[in-house]
Amino acid sequence: MRRAVHAEWTKLRTVAGPRWLLAGMVAVTVALSAAAASVSTCVSPGCGGDPVELSLTGVDLGQALVAILAVLVIGGEYGSGIFGVTLTAVPRRRVVLAAKAAVVSGVVAVAGSVAVLGSLLAGRVVLPGGQLVLWPVGGPTLRAAAGSVVYLVLVALLAFGVAAVVRDSATGVGIVLGLLYLVPIIAQVVGDPGVRRVLQQVAPMSAGLAVQATTGLDQLPIGPWAGLAVTAAWAAAALLAAAVRVGVRDD
Amino acid sequence: MTTVLTSGRRAGFVSLLHAEWTKFRTVAGWGLGMAVGSLMIVLVGVLAGVSSDQQGAPPVPVGPGGAPVADSFYFAHRPLTADGGITVSVTALESSVPAGPGDLRPGQVAWAKAGLIIKESTRPGSPYAAIMVTGGHGVRMQSGFVDDIAGPAGTEPVHWLRLLRSGDTVTGYSSADGTQWTEVGTVRVRGLGPRPRGGPFVASPPSVDGMGTRSSVSTAVFGDLRVEGSWADDAWTGEQVGPESPTFAGYPPGTSGSSTASGGELTITGAGDIAPAVRETLATGGTVKDILTGTFAALVVMVVVGTLYITTEYRKNLIRVTLAVTPGRGRVLVAKAIVVGSCAFVAGLAGALAAVPLGERLAEVNGVYVFPVSSATGLRVALGTAALLAAAAVLALSVGAILRRGAGAVTAVLLVIVLPYLLIANPFMPAGVAGWLARVTPAAAFAVHQTLEPYEQVASVYTPYNGYFPLPAWAGLAVLAGYAAVSLAVAVVLLRRREA
Repeated sequence: MRRAVHAEWTKLRTVAGPRWLLAGMVAVTVALSAAAASVSTCVSPGCGGDPVELSLTGVDLGQALVAILAVLVIGGEYGSGIFGVTLTAVPRRRVVLAAKAAVVSGVVAVAGSVAVLGSLLAGRVVLPGGQLVLWPVGGPTLRAAAGSVVYLVLVALLAFGVAAVVRDSATGVGIVLGLLYLVPIIAQVVGDPGVRRVLQQVAPMSAGLAVQATTGLDQLPIGPWAGLAVTAAWAAAALLAAAVRVGVRDD
Repeated sequence: MTTVLTSGRRAGFVSLLHAEWTKFRTVAGWGLGMAVGSLMIVLVGVLAGVSSDQQGAPPVPVGPGGAPVADSFYFAHRPLTADGGITVSVTALESSVPAGPGDLRPGQVAWAKAGLIIKESTRPGSPYAAIMVTGGHGVRMQSGFVDDIAGPAGTEPVHWLRLLRSGDTVTGYSSADGTQWTEVGTVRVRGLGPRPRGGPFVASPPSVDGMGTRSSVSTAVFGDLRVEGSWADDAWTGEQVGPESPTFAGYPPGTSGSSTASGGELTITGAGDIAPAVRETLATGGTVKDILTGTFAALVVMVVVGTLYITTEYRKNLIRVTLAVTPGRGRVLVAKAIVVGSCAFVAGLAGALAAVPLGERLAEVNGVYVFPVSSATGLRVALGTAALLAAAAVLALSVGAILRRGAGAVTAVLLVIVLPYLLIANPFMPAGVAGWLARVTPAAAFAVHQTLEPYEQVASVYTPYNGYFPLPAWAGLAVLAGYAAVSLAVAVVLLRRREA
């Protein structure tokens, strides 16, 4: 397993694509966060705003690049036929899958931490009058920051699992982005508040991002940690499906 | 010679189209994708139709034109049995808006109305003509809920109003001093009936506050009330019109409507509006835009299929074979664009044509009012949805040809279309930023789903989120088509230059 992880790390490290994707992820996350903080008209808790959540808006966009990275790690090998070589070198298929998942999680955790810290610092600078207090760090702020990093890792694992199941990068990205972005849009047309709440509770994006809230927790459709657990369940299901699929089909 | 060459090229292009169509048709996943996209539009339309149950809710008032209206105001009235007129002086009009719970503050409500009205009955939605002074827009003569005539512009404040009815014709006059009168407008009101009510009224529409509205209340003092002609009864009956109407936001907490007479003056306090209903006035209502939200799901599918249509050729190295048998490289991409665009168009059109009537019918069964659309508008929306999906598929094909990588192309196209829409839909996004996002990004194309009309005489939140786009439908579509056309041109140039 250690050798497999090392091999996957070498593959990821020596290709330019992932590096650019991660750098791009950090850049767009911080940029969108700063932009959202600078244009928002409702910052203070008085009007229902949440400075921490606002400063982490960029995660909405950054997760898309995280998803491509995770999809390419497995979809790229299927696309180019390299996966056969990988399996020849490491015949235990689930070990290969686990090694890839571990490497992706690691790099996303590191890059995600940079992006989240950058976003919070940008919010600190952009929001007027020190509305975002970063030091001393409060429990809710820490939860939002750490939770966002965990969320990005879970999105990566979800995308990785989906791509391993469908074995095609474009289809994988389409499915993952559809899962993430469609439910919040469709929830808007659901007239019944109960049904809308259930949709927001089970969707990977709207549930998982509940972890970013620091105020008005009782208004949320789902609690911060419970929401993150929903995203984790999605990721676990995708990984499980991938583990089953990689074992039963020839490549 | 030239003719032969041209017809040869044309025949070549037709067979190229045929070849590309065969490729598209014979990959099971792509045809299935189109069908799934179509089905997603219908399924979300059904979801929108069944997800809300408003049975037993009071009926939405509908104006003479068939459109929903707000028709709630405080009315002091007497029956008018034949022709007649009424004159009054409005000596004060003051409005209040709550600044917080239980904290009513004086404020300006630009479309607060105080004046005279002749109306078929006190039934909400019945025909009327009215002349009024407003909080910030001077004297107006309004009728039929949508017709609005501005009174004389001048520095002298108008205090006197007069309304004359002769058969179907109602004429409004205004005056600064009660002696020199100016005609504001003459309107023909069909269906005033044998016994219309006439008298002074006060309405006070909700005031816009950020991304929402809050109900307001206004009080006006009427003096010198005089009638001429055939009026029945002797006393004025004070009554709130349409108190239970879904288009009535109600009075601010702690206030209520009233009319009190003292010393020859009549003081009326009222809330509500006499105007066409907009999204914000009828928040419980559904729109065709809501029913067609599944377009997003279809969009994801079309973008994936459009991308795969070219990137699969690169992945399998089939592109070399394709280019070897086709002398003009650019023509391959154009043929692919025509094939995938047409398929997306047909799938989108079928989905929209099925989803809208189905969604409307289900909503109706569940007692949900859907803003009505004319059949021409309905057709425009269905064609627009189809064209939106076609343009998105061509954009995806072009970006796929430029990047030659499926994952990157799908992400890029979805992000440039869906992310702006999500940002627009964020209620905290300032209207200016949301407006620009809806103008310059490919998400502008969602203007094809607009069926609601903004009105000058109704202050409201006219944002894309509420279904009001800054660009007309064709212009929004042109923005997306422009992105697709530019991308296709870049892709053709790159395909000619690059090694396959």
